[in-house]
Amino acid sequence: MSPSFPTPARRGIAVLAGAVGLALALSGCSGGSGGAAGGSGEYAAPESDLSAKITYGVWDQNQVPAIEENIAAFNEEYPDIDVTVNVTPFAEYWTKLQTQASSDTLPDLFWMNGPNIGLYASNDQIEPITGAVDAGDLDLGNYPEALVDLYNIDDVQYGVPKDFDTIGIWANRALFEQAGVPLPEGDWTWQEFQDTAAQISSALSAQGVYGGAGGMDGQTTYYNTIFQAGGTVIDGDASGYASPEAAEGIQFWSDLIASGGSPSIQQLTDTTGDQWFTSGKLAMYWGGSWFRSAITDTDLAANVTVLPLPSGEEQATVIHGVSNVVSAASKNKQAAQALQVFLASEEAQQQQGDAGAVIPAFTGTQSAFTESLPDANLQVFLDSVEYAKPLPVSKNSAAWNAEETELLPQAFAGERPVAEVTEELAEKMDAALAEE
Amino acid sequence: MTSTSSRPGSPASPLRGRAARVRPGSPPDGGAGGPTPGPRRRIAGDGAWPWLFIAPLVAGISVFYFWPVLQTAFYSLTDWGVFGGWTFAGFANYVTLFADPALYLSLGNTLLYTAIVLLGIPIAVYLASLLNLPGLRFAGLYRVLFFLPYVAMPTAVAMVWRVIFNGDFGLLNHALAIVGIDGPYWISTPGAATVAVAIVGLWSSLGFSMIVLAAGLKNIPPEMYEAAELDGATRWRQFRSITVPLLTPSIFFVTIITVISSFQLFDLLYAILGSSNPVLPKSMSLVYFFYREGFVNNDKGYAAAIAMVIFLIIGIVTAIQFRLQKRWVQGD
Repeated sequence: MSPSFPTPARRGIAVLAGAVGLALALSGCSGGSGGAAGGSGEYAAPESDLSAKITYGVWDQNQVPAIEENIAAFNEEYPDIDVTVNVTPFAEYWTKLQTQASSDTLPDLFWMNGPNIGLYASNDQIEPITGAVDAGDLDLGNYPEALVDLYNIDDVQYGVPKDFDTIGIWANRALFEQAGVPLPEGDWTWQEFQDTAAQISSALSAQGVYGGAGGMDGQTTYYNTIFQAGGTVIDGDASGYASPEAAEGIQFWSDLIASGGSPSIQQLTDTTGDQWFTSGKLAMYWGGSWFRSAITDTDLAANVTVLPLPSGEEQATVIHGVSNVVSAASKNKQAAQALQVFLASEEAQQQQGDAGAVIPAFTGTQSAFTESLPDANLQVFLDSVEYAKPLPVSKNSAAWNAEETELLPQAFAGERPVAEVTEELAEKMDAALAEE
Repeated sequence: MTSTSSRPGSPASPLRGRAARVRPGSPPDGGAGGPTPGPRRRIAGDGAWPWLFIAPLVAGISVFYFWPVLQTAFYSLTDWGVFGGWTFAGFANYVTLFADPALYLSLGNTLLYTAIVLLGIPIAVYLASLLNLPGLRFAGLYRVLFFLPYVAMPTAVAMVWRVIFNGDFGLLNHALAIVGIDGPYWISTPGAATVAVAIVGLWSSLGFSMIVLAAGLKNIPPEMYEAAELDGATRWRQFRSITVPLLTPSIFFVTIITVISSFQLFDLLYAILGSSNPVLPKSMSLVYFFYREGFVNNDKGYAAAIAMVIFLIIGIVTAIQFRLQKRWVQGD
C-alpha cells in the first residue's frame, strides 16, 4: 500500500476486515462438528402407526424400480413412514457421503460396500444391527457367510448383504470353435486354463484375438488366484503379499502374459479386458456376475457362456456385496432400522431378484438371475458362493490399493521378478496398514 | 482503464506501466492510464461510498477465495480426521512433504507439461496473425473452430483423445504407421504419457490464446504496416518487427494465464490416463498428487499442505514473470 493514499487505505482495511468477519460468521454455521456419537445397536420394531420421514442413499439408478417396489411393500406395513430415495452416481457417492458424515447429515439408511465399511464403522458413523439380530428379526444364516463376515468389524455386525457378486470366466464360444479348441467342461486346473489361453491366442493370432486377459484388477483377477494358491491379501493386521502362496497367485498372470495367452499390460491399459471381450477379440474374460448387464441385449449374448474359475491348490472366488446400513446420527433411527430389516427380508429380496438388476443375497431368491441369460450357465456364480472368500479390505483400503496398482504391473509385465515386487508391496502395504 | 481516462501530461505513477501491460486490449502506444495524482483528492472526498459499492464483490471474494485460502493454510498445520475433527500438528505435514519423492516427481511432471503447453504460444501468435490478415475468407469460421476445444468439456475432450492415443487401435498410431513410424503406447508408457497429455493441453489452450492475441492485434494501428510496406518490408519482416513487439503485452498476459492453468493440471491427466493406469503414479501432476492424498488416501491435512505449496509455487513463478517482463514486454 502506497503511503500517499492514507485515508482510503485505512477505510479499505476496515471494510475488508468487516467482510472477513462476516465471512467468518457465515462459515461458522457450516463448520462440521464430525464424530457422531457411536451407535449402541438398540432396536425395537416400531408400531405400525409410526410416522416419520427418512432418506435412503443409493448409487445405482438401475436398481431404483426394484427399490420402489420394496418401499411400496414396506408402506403396506408402515403407511406413515415416508421414504425418499437419493441416487448419487458411484463416482461422487463416497465423496458426498464423507462430507455428509462430517456434518452429521448422513442419509438415515444408505448403501455401504466392503472397502468402506471399516472406515465408517470404526469412526462410529454406523448403527450396529445387533439389536435386530438379538430380537430375532434378522437371521444371519440366510445370507452368504463370507459376506456377513465382511460387515462384521471388531466382532460387531453392522449390516447384512442386500446382494452379492462372485467372479467367473465369461467365455466366447464362437472363438473357441474358430480356434478349434474344445470348451472346457466342469472343474479345471490352472495349467489347463494356461494351455487353453495360449492355444487360442496362437490359433487366432492373425485376427489379433487373445485367449485370456491379464490381471489389472484385484477383485476380478489376482485376488482370486492368490486365494486359489492358498495365500491371503490381508492376514490379520498385516499384508499377506510376502508369502510364497501370494507370489504364486501373481506369477499366474505373469505367466499368462509371457506365454502370449494375454495381451500385454500396456495393451490392457489402453483397452481394458472387458472391452477386448465385448469387441469379440478375447475368448475368456475373468469378470464379475455384474458383467451380465453388459452382455444381455448385445449380439455377443448368444455366444457367451460362463466357466468356473480354475483351481490351484484349492478352489476359490472373490465375493462381494452391498449392504444397507443405518446412520448412527439418524434422527429417525427406529424407522430407518425398520426399513433396513424389511429390505433384508425374504419378501423384499425376492422382489429385488425378480427385478433382475442384481443377485439378491437371501438364499433361494436368485432364480430370476440365472434365467436372465438361460444359455449362459450363470448358475456358476451361485454355485461358487460355497467356496467364496470375501473381498480383502481394511479400514483404509484405498491407500494400499494404490500401491497394488503401481507395483504389480511391473511383475505382470516381467520387468521385475515377482517375488521382489510382492515383497516390496508387502512392506508398503504394512506401512499403510500401520497408519490406520 | 481505457485510453480516454489517460492524462498524457501527468507524471506516471509506479503502477502505471504494469497495469497497462497485463491488459490484453490496451493500446500498445502507452495510452492506458493508471492511478494518477489527479483523482487522489477526489476519492478521499467521496468518503466510504466507493468502498460501499464494491462491498458485495469484496464480500463474495472474501467468502469464496480468501477465507478458504486461510482455512487451507490452517488445516495444513493439522492432522485432519476423515470425518472432520482435527489435531494441531505444527509443521509435521510440511516436513513429511519436503522429504516425499512424490512431490519432486509431480513437480517435474508439471514443469514438463507447462513447458510443452507454453510452446503453443508462438503457434497461437502465428495463427492469430494469419487469421488477422485483411481479406481472409471465413475468418469467423476459423476463429470458432480454433476456440471450440477451449469451451468443450475437458472430460469429453479427454475421452476422445484417449481413443486417438490408443496403442493398438488408435488413429494416431494408424496415421504414424502409414509413414512407417511404429508409435508407442502413448498413455501407458511413462514419459510418453506426460507428453501425450501435454499435446492435448496445448491443443485445447490454443483457442483461448488466439482470441486474446487477436484482440491485441486489432489494436496495432494499420498505418504502421502501411509505412512498413512503403519502406519495402516483407510480410515476415512486418511480423517480426511490428506484430510481435507490439503484441508483447498480450503475449505476456497469455503466458501468465497459461502457466497458472498448467500448474493446475488435473482433469485432462486424470481422464486421459484413467485412474487404474499403472503409469499414473509416475506421471502425476502436483494437483493430482494433492487429489490422491486428500481424496483417495484420506489425508486431508497433508493434502492442504500440498495445496499451500502449489499456491506458493504459482505465486513465486508469477512474481518472477512480472519481474522479467521489464526486459521483453514493449510498453509505453
